[in-house]
Amino acid sequence: MIRTSRRARRRMLAGVGVAAVLVTAGACSSDSGGSDDASASGGGPAKPSGTVTVFAAASLQESFTALGKKFEKEYPGTKVTFNFGGSDSLAAGITEGAPADVFASASPKTMKTVTDAGDAAGTPSTFVRNRLEIAALPGNPDRIASLKDLTRPGLKVVLCAKTVPCGAAAQTALEASGLKLTPVSYEQDVKSALTKVELKEADAAIVYRTDVKAAGDKVEGVEFPESAEAVNDCPIVSLKHAGNTAGAKAFIALVKSAAGQKVMTTSGFLSP
Amino acid sequence: MSPSPAPAEADGGPAPSGRFRRGRPARGGRRRRTGAPLPLLLPALVGVCFLLLPLLALLIRAPWRDLPDQLTSAQVWQALRLSLLSATAATAVSLVLGVPLAWLLARTEFPGRGLLRALVTLPLVLPPVVGGVALLLALGRNGVAGRWLDEWFGITLPFTTTGVVLAEAFVAMPFLVISVEGTLRAADPRYEEAAATLGASRFTAFRRVTLPLIAPGVLAGAVLAWARALGEFGATITFAGNFPGRTQTMPLAVYLALQNDPAAAIALSLVLLAVSIAVLAGLRDRWLTAS
Repeated sequence: MIRTSRRARRRMLAGVGVAAVLVTAGACSSDSGGSDDASASGGGPAKPSGTVTVFAAASLQESFTALGKKFEKEYPGTKVTFNFGGSDSLAAGITEGAPADVFASASPKTMKTVTDAGDAAGTPSTFVRNRLEIAALPGNPDRIASLKDLTRPGLKVVLCAKTVPCGAAAQTALEASGLKLTPVSYEQDVKSALTKVELKEADAAIVYRTDVKAAGDKVEGVEFPESAEAVNDCPIVSLKHAGNTAGAKAFIALVKSAAGQKVMTTSGFLSP
Repeated sequence: MSPSPAPAEADGGPAPSGRFRRGRPARGGRRRRTGAPLPLLLPALVGVCFLLLPLLALLIRAPWRDLPDQLTSAQVWQALRLSLLSATAATAVSLVLGVPLAWLLARTEFPGRGLLRALVTLPLVLPPVVGGVALLLALGRNGVAGRWLDEWFGITLPFTTTGVVLAEAFVAMPFLVISVEGTLRAADPRYEEAAATLGASRFTAFRRVTLPLIAPGVLAGAVLAWARALGEFGATITFAGNFPGRTQTMPLAVYLALQNDPAAAIALSLVLLAVSIAVLAGLRDRWLTAS
């Protein structure tokens, strides 16, 4: 807290004297409440402090956890807490008043639920894109090479529920290829679909490329050309009822920064 | 998660009291008729509101106009049918395995009985999701026992209706065991002893004397187990997955509908609420006629 105001003061003293005093006062008071940060950020980005609560799609878990650590290191005294889950239930939670500062969704459609409800502060922006991949058992014992192979009888395939982005994307890819696929289960989010393959209960799942990568050698990824038809844009936005506006803005800035994008692309995401 | 504990808790109340009333009639007669002091009355009323308000909200926010359309959709019927079917099957499994288990716990002496009793009732307090994970690790295609089922018989349980029944039975059977065991302990063992002196084997005595004696308790336990199975969510979605018509029961349908169609979720919840009330009402009736 002390460091925050001191830094702000130093920055301001380099500028014009009178304004510096005024804004320093603003910056000091901003330490106590998040809403004041927003007004202080008029002159330049306010120093984030306190806890930033991020609601993020299950597929972002690994990369965002890494970014959260980076954020806490960059802004000492801050803490980033995550709520990872199916984008749809997260969006439903936000519109029902869940206390979140940032929402990162796996598809524009779920983001729209939040913007339509008037819960977003500003316009969402796409920060990465994600592509589908088939997650097969290690060593690919079923020799799955294409989307069509998944329709083979006897093969246990798991899809995401059509209401969550990975399920909607899989549906789009299947429709684009004209294939009819009957899964054994429609899982509630991408991670639980992947888990069923990791536990070897299912032979394959259609998940994101990033999830296959995150699972390491527990599954084997099989790319398929139809995935190009169903690339999901991941939008991010700060939320109107956020308690920590400065923190939200700083976190989004980090995600979109060159360093943040590097973390995202090493996880397998595509830059927008 | 919310739909699963509701019926169990709602039923949990009257079950033991009904049993005690039958077991010890003196207790029912001891009724005080003094005015309630304010420090008790106030929290009690808050308690009533707390328990009833959510249910009331369900009724208030219900899309009554769209309800006929919502409830006649094929998916709702599919889920309801599967729910009723699997809950009934799970109750049957619980009866076949649970009544003998309850008898064993109540009527025989062996070392470690207390421990066994604690262990078999563990699913009562175990979070259902944990139960689902445990089932997956035991009976999954790659599970401790499931691997052999798959290799020897080609049977895999996850993602099947049988899997749903097993998940529900796992969670619901302890309710039946506890209920039947309590009834057995309250029932006088001298009738069985009398039957034995008249030459009946132990199994005949159980079948002809004990079972009719504890029938109301078994029935109450079965209804409890059925209601718990009907509301089961965590173990089902973890172990059996979610596929309409095969493993998607009502609670799963409610949970997934809530994400994109809250009106449908409310409509489905109303159905479960109605069924739960019907169970309570039925149970009440049975007890009145039984006692």
